[in-house]
Amino acid sequence: MVTFAFYVLALLTLASALVVVTHRNPVVAAVALAFNLVSIAGFYILLGAQFIGLLQVIVYAGAIMVLILFVIMLLNLSEEAPPRAAGTFQRVLAPAVTLLFAVVLGRALWSGGPATLPPPSEGFGTAAVLGRELFTRFYYPFEVISLLLIVAMVGAVLLAKRKLT
Amino acid sequence: MIDPRLVLVLSAALFSLGVAGVLLRRGAISILMCIELMLNSANLAFITFARVHGGPEAQIYVFFVMTLAAAEAAAGLAIVIALFRLKGTTDVDEISLLKW
Amino acid sequence: MTDVSKLIWLIPILPLLGVAWNGTLGRRLGKGAVGATACGTVLLAFLLSLGAVWDLAQLPPDARYVTASLGTWLPLGPIGPGGEAAVVDWGFALDPLSAVMILVVTGVGFLIHVYATGYMAHEEGFARFFVYMNLFMSMMLTLVLGSNLLVTFVGWEGVGLCSYLLIGFFFDRPFDARTGLTCADAGRKAFLVNRIGDFAFVIGLLYLLTTFGTLDYRSVLETVATGGGSHAMLVAVGLLLFIGACGKSAQIPLYVWLPDAMAGPTPVSALIHAATMVTAGVYMVTRMSGLYAHAPEAMAVVAVVGAATALFAATMGITATDIKKVLAYSTVSQLGYMFAAAGVGAWTAAIFHLMTHAFFKALLFLGAGSVIHGQGGEQDIRKMGGLKSKMPVTFATFITATLAIAGIFPLAGFFSKDEILWGAFSSGHVGVWAVLALSAGLTAFYMFRLTFLVFYGAHRGDHHTWDHAHESPRSMTVPLLVLASLSVAGGWVGIPAILAGRDINVFHHWLAPSLAGGHAEEGAAHAASTEGALMAAALAVAIVGIGLAFAIYRRRPEAAASIASTFRPVYALWRNLYWVDELYEAVILRPFYAMSRFFAAFDRFVVDGAVNVSGIVVDITGQLLKLFQTGYVRNYALLFLMGVVAILVYFATVPR
Repeated sequence: MVTFAFYVLALLTLASALVVVTHRNPVVAAVALAFNLVSIAGFYILLGAQFIGLLQVIVYAGAIMVLILFVIMLLNLSEEAPPRAAGTFQRVLAPAVTLLFAVVLGRALWSGGPATLPPPSEGFGTAAVLGRELFTRFYYPFEVISLLLIVAMVGAVLLAKRKLT
Repeated sequence: MIDPRLVLVLSAALFSLGVAGVLLRRGAISILMCIELMLNSANLAFITFARVHGGPEAQIYVFFVMTLAAAEAAAGLAIVIALFRLKGTTDVDEISLLKW
Repeated sequence: MTDVSKLIWLIPILPLLGVAWNGTLGRRLGKGAVGATACGTVLLAFLLSLGAVWDLAQLPPDARYVTASLGTWLPLGPIGPGGEAAVVDWGFALDPLSAVMILVVTGVGFLIHVYATGYMAHEEGFARFFVYMNLFMSMMLTLVLGSNLLVTFVGWEGVGLCSYLLIGFFFDRPFDARTGLTCADAGRKAFLVNRIGDFAFVIGLLYLLTTFGTLDYRSVLETVATGGGSHAMLVAVGLLLFIGACGKSAQIPLYVWLPDAMAGPTPVSALIHAATMVTAGVYMVTRMSGLYAHAPEAMAVVAVVGAATALFAATMGITATDIKKVLAYSTVSQLGYMFAAAGVGAWTAAIFHLMTHAFFKALLFLGAGSVIHGQGGEQDIRKMGGLKSKMPVTFATFITATLAIAGIFPLAGFFSKDEILWGAFSSGHVGVWAVLALSAGLTAFYMFRLTFLVFYGAHRGDHHTWDHAHESPRSMTVPLLVLASLSVAGGWVGIPAILAGRDINVFHHWLAPSLAGGHAEEGAAHAASTEGALMAAALAVAIVGIGLAFAIYRRRPEAAASIASTFRPVYALWRNLYWVDELYEAVILRPFYAMSRFFAAFDRFVVDGAVNVSGIVVDITGQLLKLFQTGYVRNYALLFLMGVVAILVYFATVPR
């Protein structure tokens, strides 16, 4: 049962990723990305990290994707021009290096990765455990990242503001 | 059950697809979306390792990565908007002033 | 009363005050004030020297060595033989030898300064001239009064500098039509040839310093006398110092600067190139007589070079036609006499001749200057003649000096020359004696040739010059008269025993403590008849020379031209100065210039090229690297990726 779910999710994830990378219409790409994010959330839940999975759906698929779609609509982006390489350099090397990268990374992870999946530990993936860690061991980064969010917010507002002449 | 190595290879594949997208696509927002793809694949790998090792640390890292991704998407989109105002298009090949 | 001799350090300083005064205010003061200051400082130096020498004479003969030090100059650390520290002081010393020198230098120098106020009265750089002259006096006195070789060397270099400044005084005037030299070139030539000698001098000096650990005269000579230093080392030092003396005192092969030094004003020629600077070499060699006494090979070289130069220069004087050049060759020749005397061990004779030569050669030069002044600048003796009626005082003093240099009894030159000839013969150097005797004859010949051509016969120049020929003003004739009386009486301090019947050779006894050999010379029993015969022979040779000059230039002037054409190759050899300058030009100077051009090109293309190449390499690298900056974000992303892949591959393949 789990294996079947895994393969279905994997297929969905890969398919939507392909659409994101190749489709010329940015709206379609955005929707495909949303799909991708949700299927990855499925993966999280399959692996036992329920809280993170929920967060993924709420924050990623819910907030970030909406924001992206907002901007696409705002700018009224039409179909994107076909990918024209910026020169021989890009045209020749980009696919080659990317392929090399994929191969090396895949091989490394396959041969170096763990072979079996142990059963989940006590309270693995629950909000309680995560919350306790967040407010004790990772308290300092937690505060810092809230600061980061404020900075990003201010920056975004400033950057996108229409200049008043 | 699930072979974790398969998950990891999947994450590698997703990451590579994201990289390919960054290199190939011309729209700035499309590139941002591919970057999100890359971030997510990394998160997937993190969660896999979290399950393998059992502790909550990796999940906390995923938490932070997600937050960062949100901040980065917001700032990045603001930049895209500003660029669009300047150039009238989001084609990254148009912003080539930083050269010799 | 002995306090005055403690002030000997002041003697070189006094002319420096003149330099400072005239150097800063000279332009604004009148010529009278400038001249008075310049002459005044020298006069004061002379009086101070008199006082110091008087004090010195009060001391017993063996204790006549007074020193005054202005402090330590170079604390050199342990470079002495036993590792002890070597120190060089700003030291001055007065002993009989330097006493003679300072009296000659300041005395004759004062007379020449007075003369120059008249001679240079119409020149524009009047103040500059006297600044240089005073500087020269200061340096010469430093040279002579130094208590160690290094202070002497300071003066040595200083007089070389002043010689350059004074020879090239008329820096924008052309000088020699034959060689195309300007006066500035002549000054440079003097300085450079001097430099060659100085180089050898410094090496000798350093050799001495590192072997003995001191440069103080008394210490060095004492060490040598008690057996210090190997024989080879002493010979080497002796030769090196002598080469330095050759440069300064114009001996073969470094004499070529002195004839061209006549480009300077005549008072300069009189002071520097007759009476004082050129004698510095003789002084130095004589001062080191104690060292040379232990290095007979070096002395032999000195004697041979001196004698050869004496003859060589005399032949060139026979055919010269510029009044000053004749005197220049004569100077070189007489300096050869002095070195020959030193080389055969007749040290007193060398200094005696130095003194008398200062008197009559300065007189000759000043007289020549008077003639040139009266002839409106003409220096070619072929255009002169019959001037004895127009310039009587000049004529009288000039012929007095000519008789003195020819060695006629009882003038000064007779005694000094005779002592040298006797010294050469009695010490067994018969060859040297023969050469010197022959040169004496030639000297008499060409000096009287000069006199007859300038003062006797019909005037061969143009009417205008003859009409304007006049006697010089008193500022110029009075020094001439003083020097003339010295040329007559100056030799009487050194009358040899055989003429006087008893030992009244005051000069010899005065100098004995400073020189090697001490009192041995005069007291030795030698055949009085030999000495008398030689004396008569010397006189005879001189009279023959005069007679020959008379026969040709007074009786049958056209004979000169016919003799010259009969012996054409010899005449050409002498007239063209043995083509020595041309030889140096071809063998030394041209390769040197070629080498300089080569090195200039090397510097421009290789050295600068290397630097430029490094710049070009950087430039090209930059040009290549900038191709990476396309401006396209995607290219940059690709470069990122390539870096990441590289790291990945590294971590994947390198086992941990």
